Formats: sequence, structure tokens, C-alpha cells
Amino acid sequence: MKQTFAIAIGGAAGQGVATPGDIFAKIFSRRGLTLNAYNAYQSIIRGGHTLLTIRTGPEPVTNMGDRIDLLIPLNQDTMDRHLKLLTSGASCLYNADTIKPGVAADGVQLCPLPVSELADISRNKVAQNTLAIGAGLHMMGIGFPALEEVLREQFKKKGESVVAENIGVARAGYDYAARHFTAFPNPLPKTEKRYAVLSGNIAMAMGGAAAGVKFYCAYPMSPSTGVLHWMAAHARKAGIMVRQVEDEIGVINMAIGAAHAGVRAMCATSGGGFALMSEGLGMSAMIETPVVVIDCQRAGPSTGVPTKTEQGDLWQMLGAAFGDYPRVIAAPLDIADCFKLIPEMFNLVDRFQCPGLVLCDLLLSEGRLGVDPEDLDFNPVIDRGELITSVNGNGASDVIATNGGYKRYRITESGISPRAVPGVPGHIHTAATDEHMEDGVLISDEFTNPIKRRAMMEKRMRKVAGIEAAVAPPKLRGPRDAEVTLIGWGSTKGVIEEACEILNEQGICANQLQIRWLVPLHGEAILELLRNARHTIIVENNYSGQFARYLRSETSFVPDGNIRKYDGEPFMPHHIVEAVKEQLGGKTNLSVPVHEIMV
Amino acid sequence: MATGVQRANQVTLADLKGRVDPDWCPGCGDFGVLAAIQKGLVELQIPNHNVVAISGIGCSSNLPGFINTYGMHTLHGRALAVATGLKLANHDLTVLVTGGDGDGFGIGGNHFVHTMRRNVDLLYIVMDNQIYGLTTGQTSPTSRIGMKTKSMPFGNIEAPVNPMSLALAAGATFVARGFSGDQKHLTDLIKRGIEHKGFSFLDVFSPCVTYNHDNTYQWYRPRVKKLEDDPTYDATDWTAAMEKSLLWGDEIPIGRFFERTDVPTLHGAEPVLNEGPLVHGDLRVPPDAARAFIEELM
Repeated sequence: MKQTFAIAIGGAAGQGVATPGDIFAKIFSRRGLTLNAYNAYQSIIRGGHTLLTIRTGPEPVTNMGDRIDLLIPLNQDTMDRHLKLLTSGASCLYNADTIKPGVAADGVQLCPLPVSELADISRNKVAQNTLAIGAGLHMMGIGFPALEEVLREQFKKKGESVVAENIGVARAGYDYAARHFTAFPNPLPKTEKRYAVLSGNIAMAMGGAAAGVKFYCAYPMSPSTGVLHWMAAHARKAGIMVRQVEDEIGVINMAIGAAHAGVRAMCATSGGGFALMSEGLGMSAMIETPVVVIDCQRAGPSTGVPTKTEQGDLWQMLGAAFGDYPRVIAAPLDIADCFKLIPEMFNLVDRFQCPGLVLCDLLLSEGRLGVDPEDLDFNPVIDRGELITSVNGNGASDVIATNGGYKRYRITESGISPRAVPGVPGHIHTAATDEHMEDGVLISDEFTNPIKRRAMMEKRMRKVAGIEAAVAPPKLRGPRDAEVTLIGWGSTKGVIEEACEILNEQGICANQLQIRWLVPLHGEAILELLRNARHTIIVENNYSGQFARYLRSETSFVPDGNIRKYDGEPFMPHHIVEAVKEQLGGKTNLSVPVHEIMV
Repeated sequence: MATGVQRANQVTLADLKGRVDPDWCPGCGDFGVLAAIQKGLVELQIPNHNVVAISGIGCSSNLPGFINTYGMHTLHGRALAVATGLKLANHDLTVLVTGGDGDGFGIGGNHFVHTMRRNVDLLYIVMDNQIYGLTTGQTSPTSRIGMKTKSMPFGNIEAPVNPMSLALAAGATFVARGFSGDQKHLTDLIKRGIEHKGFSFLDVFSPCVTYNHDNTYQWYRPRVKKLEDDPTYDATDWTAAMEKSLLWGDEIPIGRFFERTDVPTLHGAEPVLNEGPLVHGDLRVPPDAARAFIEELM
């Protein structure tokens, strides 16, 4: 089993849960530990209940895990909700002045901090948080200077006296823990590695910048807003035009306008905003102007649960906009992949001149992961496809000129027609959402023409084969002849991976097929991989098995069982492990694990 | 719109003739608008490859197909949003947005208001015929009360939108109205709208000869009065413009209602564009900036 350590900090929104979280995350990552953070919260600015889980360790930590080692409740509500989750070996650090502990399980250490004795609470409103950080750090076996360094950075803008005050309070907590609490048996290790800690939203925004996105626009919508925030804050240094638009209809159309002028344009939203963008995607496909849209899925339908995760937008993506048209859909597998996928997606949509959809979800968008900075490559391959601009001296324009006039929608074998942008002499054309001929002239109005309509439809749809050839089919991870094959897509990669490890340790040989490219799906290749699988189970975060239905529609493949979760919270490894055992034991072929953490 | 204007020699009307002839009904007001745009571009000598005509959907929105400039024939109501993105990506281009009253004030009403307050540097020409034409004659947002159409056969009971007042209230920096029946005056307004730095709104009475039998050429001719004929009218006076915008009936003002030149354009206000149009910029993030982006996460 992986050696990891998990802290959970809980309180009401506005009580300062985020700051201790950030401080711990910095200390861990600078110690060369990777980490995964997940914040369970609600759509409220003050009040409610927030629980931040940070899990760290020397090996890759890909999900929140099954166990809390240290619980820091900042209010009574958190104590009441979560003390019962702690098992032998865990500890709970709390303010003895304001919070009463409940009954803890055997082997759980209750660590009351006499906050008013240790700090001047009239001066420092978050003294309990700072004391708990200091105390917790001691119990993890980390030296105080690591905390001092981070506190200095955190408070330096507020002046030396605030820095000194906070270091003093943290020290008091650290020393108090040394005298009164039992430290965890294994001090947190240290490695020579260094990690960047970032959310999926930041990763996608940075991935966009790396891909050469020059135009980003959005309407704020949880959980996608983090992309807008990063873009807005870094726009000037990255040379990106960032606009906040009146609605998502405006967003998609503005992005397509910018893309049509020749820049790489991107936008992000969640399910509701994506619904408004639908007609725009059809335009992108019809005028063959590439654009990338990110959908950070949240629990639906409708306003749904804005702060909770789900993989419920797959069929919205597959069916977005009417008519048939080529599109690319991919779901990033983890936060590092959120970065890496964006340049790949832009290269595809630039080459094939169609919309590209990134199907992310709240779990990745707002979760945080320690990522090797080498994986944040700002010099990825950039392939803009057959683009004719006035500035790049693309030889394609000469070829076309000698072929007797430029035709924007020239019928080609690949279906790809060289794309000139406005401003280039000699390439004037109108890009129309009406069906048009090779030269852009409409065939929809005065004289429709079935022969020409068919030719244009086939031209566009020929790009589908090219897209499929440009993307690698998925691979099976683990032994080929495993007892059980777990199939997932997108953000469940890490948790399924860990469930497989646990199953293997328990003597059940498991392997994993994780899908990143949803369109193109590579149905034949998937069938080939699953043909000899002994027992197949699809794991996904939605009610109806959206991927299972999609896979069946494309391949006729029906799995032996399904594990689904649609309570707004992500899978924990043990949910999958227990469900697999249940299904292998023949008890059911549909498991819906119960989320035991009340958030 | 002066930033985008690039002058060249020998732009002729023949250069601007589209690949196909307009398929509007004989007598449609939109012919006059197309001709005035072509004349305006010739008089301003703007090379046609630097012009982009962008429209939504509707009879008048077919215009980009009938003029030999770059064009985009987008979605119903979305032309202004598309045009904003295009202009921000390449502000060297001269952007004309053309469409109808249903497209602009109905389905596109939200974008209309926000594009004006942003002062996006483009000329927006609405061919206002107070009717839905391409869907064969329904009430539009500018149809007058009482007007009988297929969708309101017993007469419209909803008050029409006043595009002029709306544009003034939303912060448009150039607000004008033309009449398709007065070519010379309309051409002049188009030229001024193109040359204006910022959002230029030009509402044009462009009669629908097939479906609107109320607001015909004959109805308009005796009513339209040019503001330019009144030497005391001051087009920099917003309040005066608002008062004129409310006039309707025996006297309907046309001409340049309002213009102000002290508001920065959207592209002018954005420092990211200081180095020139985005489309000509380097795709790569500067290495030191990229390093700093990662460093702040560590």
C-alpha cells in the first residue's frame, strides 16, 4: 500500500480553511512530496461547511484516498460531522475553548489546543488556525523553519509585525504539541524533487497559453471560473486578449470571430453555459473555423449542484448542435494532463478546422495536484495546419493562385481546405453558416443543389477519418489476463489506478482501460482490448452510465457490470474496491457506493 | 473606425461587385444600402481585402455574399459578438456589421447593448424594415403598435423598441439614421461611420416591399427630415440627440444624431494590443514569463 498522509481541515466558508491548506500544500511540495487536494464546499460565501482534504506522500498521489490521518475541525459542526471517520492511528486537533469532541474510535488521539492561553485571540482572529498548523507540523515530524519560511512569504505584504505575530503563534502551537501530543509514528519524508501545485483550471489556462492561445473569453460559471481568473491575471504577460462577455452565446461567437481572424481562441464554461454555446459549435464546424471549448462538468441537470462534481455532460457534448459535423472531444486524465491536452487539442482542431471540446470536471478543475514542473512545457509542438496568413509567407497561397483562384472550401481528399484569414490579398471569400459551394457562395437560398450539398457534406465529414488517424488508440494498463478490467474515462484515472493497486494487493488481479479521447473513440481498438477480458466493469461519475451507453452505441459492447456515483462527490478507492468484490462475488452488476463523508 | 482604414489607389465599384447578384425582392430597400456601402468604400478607397462584412441571418444579412470583401455570414443575432472577436484579433481590419431589425434588436438584443457600451470599433448598419421578411412576414421589435402581420393578425399590441434612444442610452459613440431612398445622404453617413473611432450605429429605413405595407417609401419620403439641414443642431449634444430620437410621426429625423470622440475604443484601451494586432504576434509566451508562471506555483 502507498505511504501517504492525509489532512482534513473543515469549517464554515469564511473561517479561513483555505489558508492553512495553502500553507500545508507549500510545505509538502517544497519537501519534495507530491500532493492531491480536494475541497468539498457549497455555493455560499459565508457559512455552510467546507472540508479540504490534502493527501501527500513521496510517490504520486492521485486522489483523496480512503483515510484521514489528521483532522483539524475549525468549528463544532466539523467535529460533529467527521470525528467518526477517524480510525486508529489518526489524530484530531481542535480549539479546546470552543469545540467539544465527541466519542472517538479506539486509537484516535484527541488533541485539544488551549487557544486563549497560547495566543492573544483579541488580536489574532485566526489564532486557532495558526496554532493548529504549528501543532500539526510538529506531529508530522517536520522542522519549524519550513513553516517559518512559508509564513514569512504569506504575510510579508502586511509588515514585519504581522509576520512576527504569526510566527510566534505558530511556534506556540508547535511547542505545545511537542509537550502534550504524540507525534505520528512515521515522520513525513523528504525528497530532492520539487513540485508545482496547481488546479486543473490553472493547468488548462496555462496549457492554453503554451498552445499559443491569444484570445480567451468567458462568462463566470462554477467550476470553470478559475480558468478565467488565471487568464485575466496573466493576460498581459502572456500577450493574451481576455474578455468577460455578457453570456455564453456571446462567448462562443466572440471566440469564433477571433479564431476566424487567425488567432487561437479558447473559452471555458460548465454544463449550463455549454448548452448556450451549442449553436455556435455548429457554426465553427460549418464555416470550418477551429475553436476550443472547455466544459468543466458539475452536477446537473440545470443549476444542479454548482460546487459538486459529475461526469454528466458526455451526451450533451456528443449531441451539441444539430446536424452532422466533425468534432473532437477529449477528457483530461489528471491535472497534469489538463495542461498537456490543450496544445494537442489545438493542433488537431487547427489541422482539421473544426470545434474541439475538452470535457473536464469539477474534481480536476478545482482540485489541486503537485505536478513536476517539467511536465508544464511551454514549448509544445504547434501545428497550425493549412493556414494562410499575410504574415507567415505560407507557400500554399502561390500554389492556389496558379490553380485558378482561391476556393476557401475547396473539395479535397482529406476534406481539409487551405484556410486564408481576412486581410490576405487575393483570397477574398465569405464564410457562411448556410450550406455553400467551394468558393463560399450559398447554395441554400436561391437554387439549392442536392449534388453540391452532398459533396460539401462528404468533404467535411472526410475529416473524421483524418482525426481518427491522428490520435492514438487507448491502451490497457496492467496484466492482459487480469481477473477484472476496470474501464473509466477522464478524471477517474487516478482513483481507478489506486483501486487496481489495492485489489492486486488483496489477490484480485485487476487492470484498467482509461479513455482520454472520446471522439475519436477508436471503437475497434477498444473491442480488441476487451475481447478477451474476463470481467469488465465501467466506472463513472453519473447516474445513467453515459459512457457505457456511448461505448455500446459505438461498438455494441456491454460490460459485465457498472459502478456509478452521482451524489456530487468523487469516488474514493475503497468505493471501487468494495464494489468490484461485490460484483465478482455475483451479488450485483450495478454498484452505487455510498459517500460516507457528509459534505 | 479610422484605425482600421488603409487607403490605397484604384478601388473601384467593380472591385466590390459580389460573386453573385442580390436575391432580394425587386424594390427592396436593401439594394440601396448595399450600393451606398460600395460607394462609401470606393470614396474612402479602402482595399477590399482589408474589409470584413459580418452579418447574422435574415434577408439583409445575406449582404456579405453580395459584396466582394471578406465576409462572414454567421448565426441569427450573433454578428456583433463574432465581429467583436474578429476586431480584437485583428484591429487593422475595417469591420462592417450588417443585418436586420429582428436580428439586431430581437434575438441579438443582448449583444447589441453590450457591444455599444464596449465601444468596439466597427460600423453596425441595421436595415430596419419593421418586419420579419425571410420568415415571410411576422412582427418585429420595431413594428409599430397596431401593425397587422401573420404573427399578430389582429394588430401588434407591444410597444416597439426605439433603436436610436437605446443606442444613445447604451453608450454608442456614433448614432445615426439613414433612409435607403436617399443614396447620397446614406453614403455620407456610412463614410462617417467607418471613419468614426469607436462603435458606429446606423439605423437605416429600408422598406420591405413585400411584407410591410405600412412603412413604405411613399410613407417615409414626406416625413424624413435631415438633421444636417438644421444649422443649429449640435451632434455633440447627447441630450439634444435623445430628444430627436423620440420624434416619430409627421416628422422623423434622419442624419447624424450624435457623435463623441473622447471615448477610447475597446482595442485602444487594451494594452495587450499595444504591440499590434494579435494575429501578427508571436504564438509563444516569452520564456521568462513562462518561468515566472510556474515559479509562482512552487
